[in-house]
Amino acid sequence: MAEFKPRIRLDKKEVKKGETVDVKTLVSHIMETGFRHDPDGKLIPRMIINTFTSELNGKFVFGCDLESAVSANPYFEFKFKPEESGTLKFTWIDDEGVRIEATETITVT
Amino acid sequence: MSLRLAFCGILLLAIAAGAAGLAFGESGLEHPRWQGHGIAPPAKDFPLPEIVSGYWFRTKETQAIQDDDFNNPGFFAIEQGEELWSKPDGAAGKSCASCHQDAAATMKGVGAAMPKWSAKLEKPVNLEQQINICRGERMQAAPWEFGSAELTAMTTYVRFQSRGMPVNVRIDGPMAPWFDRGKELYHTRNGQLDLACANCHERNYGKYLRADFLSQGQSNGFPVYRLREQRLVPLHERMEGCIFDVRGIPYPPLSDEAVALELYLAWRGTGLPVETPAVRN
Amino acid sequence: MWESMSRREVLNVGAGAVAAGVGLTAGPARALNDYAEQIKKFTGGKTPVEGRVKLDLPELAENGNTVPLSVAVEAPMAGVHVEEILVVAPANPNARVIRFRFSPMSVPEASTRIRLAETQNVIAVAKLSDGTFLQATRQIKVTIGGCGG
Repeated sequence: MAEFKPRIRLDKKEVKKGETVDVKTLVSHIMETGFRHDPDGKLIPRMIINTFTSELNGKFVFGCDLESAVSANPYFEFKFKPEESGTLKFTWIDDEGVRIEATETITVT
Repeated sequence: MSLRLAFCGILLLAIAAGAAGLAFGESGLEHPRWQGHGIAPPAKDFPLPEIVSGYWFRTKETQAIQDDDFNNPGFFAIEQGEELWSKPDGAAGKSCASCHQDAAATMKGVGAAMPKWSAKLEKPVNLEQQINICRGERMQAAPWEFGSAELTAMTTYVRFQSRGMPVNVRIDGPMAPWFDRGKELYHTRNGQLDLACANCHERNYGKYLRADFLSQGQSNGFPVYRLREQRLVPLHERMEGCIFDVRGIPYPPLSDEAVALELYLAWRGTGLPVETPAVRN
Repeated sequence: MWESMSRREVLNVGAGAVAAGVGLTAGPARALNDYAEQIKKFTGGKTPVEGRVKLDLPELAENGNTVPLSVAVEAPMAGVHVEEILVVAPANPNARVIRFRFSPMSVPEASTRIRLAETQNVIAVAKLSDGTFLQATRQIKVTIGGCGG
């Protein structure tokens, strides 16, 4: 799961104020729905990433609350206009409380 | 009299099929446009008039996932394979890199030519088997189980080094009887539904099987990221699935039958670019 | 062509095509979930207005397990921004699919891949910072094809 580094792609890392940055993220996770049964007929418990958050210098940018209906290996694409240069922090949290984190730097001129 | 009746029955069914097919067609839903994307077969008596990759039988949304290496979850396996490549494993303390150095250079073309003849074992071996042979003989490491994340990742990583190169397997010499066996299996009807690979993938590609759009069943993209399983699926597992779906008894992965079929399938895709890790239904 | 096809092949392809044709005109077979309740909870009882929300889904899902989805809200008035977008699937085991949360820095667009159990009308509801709600509905056909594989 968290052995694979989450993939993050910003279409630009240096922007002028007011310009839009397109962010794509992909993380490896089985997103077990909680509706499947194992070969013995027992219900396999839900185990999904339930929250994704991105912050710029600690300020919230974009996030989602996920349910079982999000496909495995969750993919998100979003756009924003950064207000200032700094660190973009991405956090995924799953049902067990496991956190997957990654950062990117962005420069705003 | 009964022959005429039977013929009328077939005709009626055909009209119904055509009508239903038309209804589906007229529903306005876009069908994958695979026509015109084939390559010429390598020989005159080839079983297919043109060779078309499974890529062209999928929707444009699915193609978009394959087209973008970032977006293609199959690449998690490439990353894992890359890590495993340099990781020493086994009593000899070696890694793949110890002998093979940079995979991008040394593994180029390998995936496009498998399965290959093994003089030592006197049978063809496919990529999964060769990886385990190397692990056993050179690294003194335990073989990776078929279907394990490690073996699938390494197979994907190695085959990926041939991406874009044309599939080209040898079917002459000692390979010939295995090729013939694979060809026989491809045309053997299986299971309660009594269907052979050829019934769907040779006679009816480009048509709908219930609501599934039939491809030629090519193997150039394997291991593929299946949208259905939401993970990479190696070829022998997919073949297992196909035979299970016709309610037959699948050939066990890495069995002689499975390898013979893999050889024959690879030949049917001669010239297609390796697309590993492809994205399919 | 008919001479080369065996009767069994015709039966299989024909029956399948008929089944596919019939299946696509019918609505979802499963009883719908509490999606209306979920929308009500999200809007605090207000009725969302249809329009200005763009919900992109393929017409026919390649596979219900991995369906690309995009939402976008046409530029709201100055001073108003999109706060959240909730996506619900009425014929899934659970109605809620995902809730996107935006900030004033955001462009109100997002894409992801979702799981859909069967043919249904997916609904996206957007919450704006001025307390209004917008909505878009999109039908998508989801099938299990082939021999069940």
